[in-house]
Amino acid sequence: MKKKKRTIETLDSLSPGDGARIDRLTSKCTMKGRLEGLGFCPGEEICCVMRSPLGDPTAYLIRGTLIALRRSDARSVAIER
Amino acid sequence: MKLPRFRSKGYEKTVKITLAGAPNVGKSTVFNALTGLRQHTGNWAGKTVETARGHFITDGVKYDITDIPGTYSLFARSAEEEVARRYIEGHPDDVTVVVCDASGLLRSLPLALQILSAAKRCVVFLNLCDEAKKAGISVDAERLSELLGVPVVCGAARRHRGINELVAACRAASETERGIDAPVGAREAIARADMICREVVTKKKERALPSRADRILAGRASYAVMALLLVFIFWLTLKGANYPSELIARGATYLSALLRSCLSSLGAPEYLISFLVDGVYGTSAWIVSVMLPPMAIFFPLFTLLEDAGYLPRVAFCLDRACRGCGGCGKMALCMCEGLGCNAVGVTGSRIIDSRRERLLAALTNSFIPCNGRFPALIALITVFIAPSGSALAASSVLAFLVILSAVASLCASKLLSATLLRGVPSSFALELPRYRLPKFGEVIVRSVFDRTLFVLGRAIAVAAPAGGVIWILANVKVGNAAILSHISGALDPVGHFLGMDGAILLAFLLGLPANEIILPLIVMIYLSSGTLPAIGDLSALRDVFVSHGWTLTTAICTTLFFLFHSPCTTTLLTLKKETGSVKYTLVAAALPVALGAALCAAVNFFMSVFSA
Repeated sequence: MKKKKRTIETLDSLSPGDGARIDRLTSKCTMKGRLEGLGFCPGEEICCVMRSPLGDPTAYLIRGTLIALRRSDARSVAIER
Repeated sequence: MKLPRFRSKGYEKTVKITLAGAPNVGKSTVFNALTGLRQHTGNWAGKTVETARGHFITDGVKYDITDIPGTYSLFARSAEEEVARRYIEGHPDDVTVVVCDASGLLRSLPLALQILSAAKRCVVFLNLCDEAKKAGISVDAERLSELLGVPVVCGAARRHRGINELVAACRAASETERGIDAPVGAREAIARADMICREVVTKKKERALPSRADRILAGRASYAVMALLLVFIFWLTLKGANYPSELIARGATYLSALLRSCLSSLGAPEYLISFLVDGVYGTSAWIVSVMLPPMAIFFPLFTLLEDAGYLPRVAFCLDRACRGCGGCGKMALCMCEGLGCNAVGVTGSRIIDSRRERLLAALTNSFIPCNGRFPALIALITVFIAPSGSALAASSVLAFLVILSAVASLCASKLLSATLLRGVPSSFALELPRYRLPKFGEVIVRSVFDRTLFVLGRAIAVAAPAGGVIWILANVKVGNAAILSHISGALDPVGHFLGMDGAILLAFLLGLPANEIILPLIVMIYLSSGTLPAIGDLSALRDVFVSHGWTLTTAICTTLFFLFHSPCTTTLLTLKKETGSVKYTLVAAALPVALGAALCAAVNFFMSVFSA
C-alpha cells in the first residue's frame, strides 16, 4: 500500500517575483507572536521581493512593508499559491 | 513649513497625552515636534525601549506627553509590548494619541483598533501623509473617522504639518469621553483593519520588484558598494580632519602658554607647572585635537546613512556571514559604529534582541579599529607601507585593513560561540524601511551633541589622569635615566620577539586610556623628552623611527598590533557596564591582544627567515 505524502508548500519555496497567500503558521514556528504582529496571518497576501546576495535572508512584501526573514523561519510559514 | 508656536505662559489646566503606535510610524518624530526635545530616532523598528516624557504649554493649557515604545500589537510577549500595554491600561484618563502610518495603514491600524478598546479618550494621528502621497496612496480621513468613531488628524510630523490640528483635537478629546469598544484580539484586529483599509485606502498597484536603489544596494554589487563607501568615508575623514586637527593643536598650544604664565605668576614651582601644563593638560589637548575632527566627520556620515534607511540593508546582506559565526546581521552594524568609537559600538549592541548574540557583538567589537587609531594607522601606512603620499592610496589600504579586522572579528565571534557563548541562532525578522532623504541639518547637530561631544568628554576624563602618570614616569629619574627608559629597556626582549621593541610595547601599555597617544608616546620615549611631541612633528616620523632601528618588519608588526590590541579603558568600562560581568570584559580584552601577539610573532619569524 502506498502512503500518500502530503507536501506543504512553505514560504521559502517562493522565488523573487512570486506571490502567494498565507495559509497558516505551522507548529514549527518559534516566533509566532512576532510574525502575527507583523501581519503574517492566514489569508494575507505575500510576495517574495529579493534574496540577500549570500542567499539568506529573503525580503518579503507583506501589508505594504518589506520584511526580511531567514529561510529557517520562512519554512515555518505555510502558503498556498 | 509651518512651525507651531508654543509660547510658555501660565496655564490653568493640564492635559495628559499618551503617544502610542506601531514601530516606525514616526511616533518619536511627533513627540519631538510637540515638545521640541531631542530623542534619538533612527530609521529602525525597535529604537525606543523606555518611555520618554516631555511637555509643552500653549493657550493656557499644559500638555504632559508620554511616548511609549512602538509595538505591533498589545498582546505579543516582547518587553516593548508589555511596557506599552501596562502603561495604557494604567492611565485610562489620558488622551491616547495613536500614530498611524498613512503610507502603510494596513500595518499600523490593528494596534489602533486594540487601543480603541482600552482608551476612553482617543485621537488618531495619520502621520507620513507626505510619503503616502509620493507612493500614490490616499486615505479618506473623514470616512476613517466615521468608521473608528474617533477624530482623525492628517499630517506629517517631520514637516510639522498637522501638529496644531492635533493639539486642538487632543484638547477637545480631553473634554469628552467616548464609550470604549469591546476588547479586540490580535487576529480580529487585523481582520477589521483589513476591512476598514479596503474602504478608505486607495493606492496604485504594489510593485513586487526591489526598488532601483535596492537592486544596487542590496544586490550582488552591495559588497562592492560597502567597500567603496568605506574608502570614501576614510578619504573624507582623512582630507577633512588634518587641518582642523592642526588648528585645534595650535589653539591648545596658545592656551598652554597662557596656563604656564598664569601658574608661574602664582608662584608655583617649576616641576608642578610642568606636571600640570605638559602632563595633564598637554596629553588631554593632544587627544582632543586628534580625536575630535575625524569623529565630527565620521559620526554624522554614519547617522546620515542610518537616517536614509541604508543600514538595515547592510544587516540584510551580511546576516548569513554573521550567522555562520554565531551572531546575526545586526552585528555588522555594531562593527560600523565601532569604526567611530569602540565604546559606542559596544552600547550599539543593544539593538540585538538575543542576549547571547548581543554579547558576541559587544565582546568582538574591539577588533575593529576606532577613529582614535586612524591617524596612527595612516601615518604608519603613508610613511612605511604605501609612501606614494596619495590620500586615496592610504584610504584604500586602511579600508583593506578594516575589512581584515572585520574578518578577524567574525572569527573571534565564531570562537566564542563555540566555547563560552554557545547557543542556537535566534529568530530574526528585519524590517527594511523605505529609503528617505535624511534631514541633514538635524542629523549633523544631533551627531555632534549626542555622540561626538559625549565621547570626547569621556575621553578627557580618562586622559587627564593618564597624562599625569605619564609625565611622572617620563620626568622622574632613577639613576641617570627616567623611569620610562628603564621600563622600556626591560620590555625590549618581549618587544623584539614580537617584531617591535620595548618602547613600542610600553607606548601601547601607557596608551591604554586612549589610542590617540600611542604613536606620540613612541616618539617621546625614543627622544627621551619629558613631553609629547607637537602634532606637526609627525612628518619627521620616519627619521626618528629609522634611527631607532625600525625596519619594514617593525612597521608591519606595529600596524598589526595597532589593529589587534586591548580595548581602551573607556571601552573596557563600557563593556563592564553593558555585560555586567568582569569575566566577559577580561575575555574581550584578552582576545585581540592574543591575536595581535600571535600575528606579530609569526610575521617577525617569517620575515627574519626570509631575510636571513
